[in-house]
Amino acid sequence: MNHRWRTIDIVIASILAVAFGVIFWAWGLLWNGPADAIPLPGRAILYGVWLVPAVLGALVIRKPGAAFYTLTLAALVSVALGTSWGWTLVLQGPLEAAAAELVFAVFAYKVWNLPVALLAAAAAGIAASVYDAFVWYGGTSWATMRLPYIAITAVSAVLVAGLGSVLLARALAQTGVLDRFASGRERAAV
Amino acid sequence: MTLTLPTFEASTAPLARRNPVAKLAAALLFSAPLIATLDPLTPTIALAVELAVLPLFGMRYGTLFRRAWPLVLAAGGIVITLVMFAAERTGATVATLGPFEVTTGVLITALGMVLRVFAIALPGIIVFATTDPTDLADALVQNVRAPARFAIGALAAFRLVPLLGQEWQMLSLARRARGIDAGRSPVARVRLFVSTAFALLVGAIRRGTRLAVAMDARGFDAGTPRTYARRQLFGRADAALMVGAALVSTAALTTSVLTGLFRPIIG
Amino acid sequence: MGEVVLRGFGWRHAGRKAWAVRGVDLRVAHGERVLLLGASGAGKSTLLAALAGLLPDDSGDAEGSVEIDGLDPRKAREQVGIVFQDPQTQLVMSRSGDDVAFGLENRGVPAAEIWPRVDEALHRVGFGYGRDRPTAALSGGEQQRLALAGALALRPGLLLLDEPTANLDPAGAALIRSAVTRALDDDTTLIIVEHRVAEALTLVDRVVVLEPGGGVRADGPPGAVFAAHGDRLADEGVWVPGHAVAARKAVTGPGDSLVRADAVSLRHRLPPATLTARAGEVLAVTGPNGAGKSTLALLLGGLLKPTSGTIDAKPGGAPYRWRAVDLTTRIGSVFQDPEHQFVTNRVADELALGPRRIGRPEAEVSRTVDELLQRLRLDKLAGANPHTLSGGEARRLSVATALATAPRLLVLDEPTFGQDRRTWIELIELLARLRDDGHGIVAVTHDADFVAAVADSVHRLERTA
Repeated sequence: MNHRWRTIDIVIASILAVAFGVIFWAWGLLWNGPADAIPLPGRAILYGVWLVPAVLGALVIRKPGAAFYTLTLAALVSVALGTSWGWTLVLQGPLEAAAAELVFAVFAYKVWNLPVALLAAAAAGIAASVYDAFVWYGGTSWATMRLPYIAITAVSAVLVAGLGSVLLARALAQTGVLDRFASGRERAAV
Repeated sequence: MTLTLPTFEASTAPLARRNPVAKLAAALLFSAPLIATLDPLTPTIALAVELAVLPLFGMRYGTLFRRAWPLVLAAGGIVITLVMFAAERTGATVATLGPFEVTTGVLITALGMVLRVFAIALPGIIVFATTDPTDLADALVQNVRAPARFAIGALAAFRLVPLLGQEWQMLSLARRARGIDAGRSPVARVRLFVSTAFALLVGAIRRGTRLAVAMDARGFDAGTPRTYARRQLFGRADAALMVGAALVSTAALTTSVLTGLFRPIIG
Repeated sequence: MGEVVLRGFGWRHAGRKAWAVRGVDLRVAHGERVLLLGASGAGKSTLLAALAGLLPDDSGDAEGSVEIDGLDPRKAREQVGIVFQDPQTQLVMSRSGDDVAFGLENRGVPAAEIWPRVDEALHRVGFGYGRDRPTAALSGGEQQRLALAGALALRPGLLLLDEPTANLDPAGAALIRSAVTRALDDDTTLIIVEHRVAEALTLVDRVVVLEPGGGVRADGPPGAVFAAHGDRLADEGVWVPGHAVAARKAVTGPGDSLVRADAVSLRHRLPPATLTARAGEVLAVTGPNGAGKSTLALLLGGLLKPTSGTIDAKPGGAPYRWRAVDLTTRIGSVFQDPEHQFVTNRVADELALGPRRIGRPEAEVSRTVDELLQRLRLDKLAGANPHTLSGGEARRLSVATALATAPRLLVLDEPTFGQDRRTWIELIELLARLRDDGHGIVAVTHDADFVAAVADSVHRLERTA
């Protein structure tokens, strides 16, 4: 398994990141911001969406660093386009991205199936929500707010960023756009 | 509803001209320590400094306000969460909103949190508003030894953002033309959104594949060491900016500790 | 310098059963100018990719040999410059000068030499702006010119052009042609793939025709090749010069008005325009890039709301107020890029989507789907994923999906864009038949031949200040 990133790996990871930056922007337009601001259930349930780039990037590119790079760049692009959390994502993005990356690393970058994806998503979700719990929700109660927040975010992450990314990767492979990748060549010869 | 990248205006102001990596590092060194505390004094000092140095970045207050106002939403959300779930409600009760008691303790914490959001976010806004993406990529590669292929790959993809924004709009119109609109149901809206997002990804990946081939055609993957057409220098003034940022933020924290207002986020 | 030798060369992409190109024997000498022709699928782009050393070495199967100046193309990449058809996905940097410098930086050209060479390349192609011009502010033709400068900055011995004008309007195409003419010197070998054959002939002195499935069918001076193979090539879809297409204009006069636009405008995008789309008529909307043609198409299609003026489609008033489902039964829109309109993952489902959403019974839906599959020659692709279709097939599918809900008015944006001769003729026939059946057709187009062949009336938009 060649771990060196080809040009197309770098460009597609970057494009995925940038495309998600745009998708997040469009999502913001759809809900006009309130979902960003309201703590529960809005933000926690939808949290998984923000973590998709990490898992999807890893599943598509299948190289070391894919999860980290894709999500970090997506966060940066979000910042550039102007989100309600702004620059603060620059600190948080790499953290959650690293958590997902760690899971893929634990499996020696050889396993790219559903269970690993769910685990990576959960790790990212927990990292993100723990960060929030300490940095932003400092004065709130653990019992009624912070612990449930972490739990709900983890579940959202597993469902949306984990399962969702796996389904998304498969659907993308079906369209033929991933033919230059191992993840895309699992469809039958045409 | 068009997606335009916030424009960056080149400026000759003394701090705007600093090395992009120095600016970025300074912003990080300045804002990260502010995270450590929940008290209102530290962010107040930090904000005062940020607003004071703004002219040195060649940025107008109006511009800053325009870019920063979405933060109000985040700050608002945090305050709401705090009112609902505060761990301790010390002090005299000021108001009662339904089952939630708003005490002076809660208000002080809320104030601290709002100020914090802005204090932490502003440096980044200032840096991004006064830094050209190409310059930043160049500086990351030349001064910090970031992998060149990734920096440039990111830059090339970033260039396509407005195009993808237009794609999104076309995709939405195309769906209406196919007889698909969401009406009022939120579930339908989400389904439509997911369908549009998927189409955007497909198109983006196709474009990216073509871009990758074009980049290879111009020797991107050649393996020969790259040279730099645009030089990014890192000098004493840049180092001074970073040191200065770290010092100011530490001073703010120290002041808060000394006045006894310090409220660590852990513990 | 720039000498090309192919011996029995073949290539098969990963995951495909058929060979993209096979059994090609070809020799191109230094300084020659060659036009590469062939029907769609003959492997022209693959051949150019091979010459540029861009075929992947970790997938796909190769046969025979290909050499540039005696070297494997992957080692000779410095000798080869290539320009592709889409300007947007060739430009890497936000500023023009930086983009040209990109290739030089990649090759390790010493910093002191970079900017002089950038200026030299920009001058060579006649680029009209300075180094700091944002690439996003350039028109398509200017962007392609910049891409050409980027390729030439490396002083290649072999220049490859893969459909350089395909995504450009006539003005942009002329721009790029003049840039190529101006930039070429006797030391550069040129191989060009171009579907606007007549216009490319000014650049070349030799024509090579590839046979789909294998080998070179013809090779020689343009006159001789077209005399011997012109007719067959024209039938296969190549735009052989001198093979005009018969016009199909309306026999009866136009019928009732379907949509009337009265001084409609969209701020920043379209100045006030007044026109009427009628049944039994093909109305062509022409004008330069930036005049607002696509915007007008979207307004007529009920997809955008005008900032002033009125659009009226009797009965029912303004189409932009209708529910999407109702819109599909009255006005169908076909977008310039068919991929924008695909929402399912099977061709048959795409066709069934419209009728199902209207509420037609399943039996009727099936009938409509089968009929359209037949009519537009998509029957073998019924189960395929729409995104895997070729350009021509995707275009036919997007027209078919618009027709599935039987709207009376069809609005098309650049329907003949980049199509080969065969698909082009099919589209003309289809639109003519629809018009003769009583449909109204509005087509936004750059294509003067299209207008000449099938348009019954023309509305020209002028560019705003």
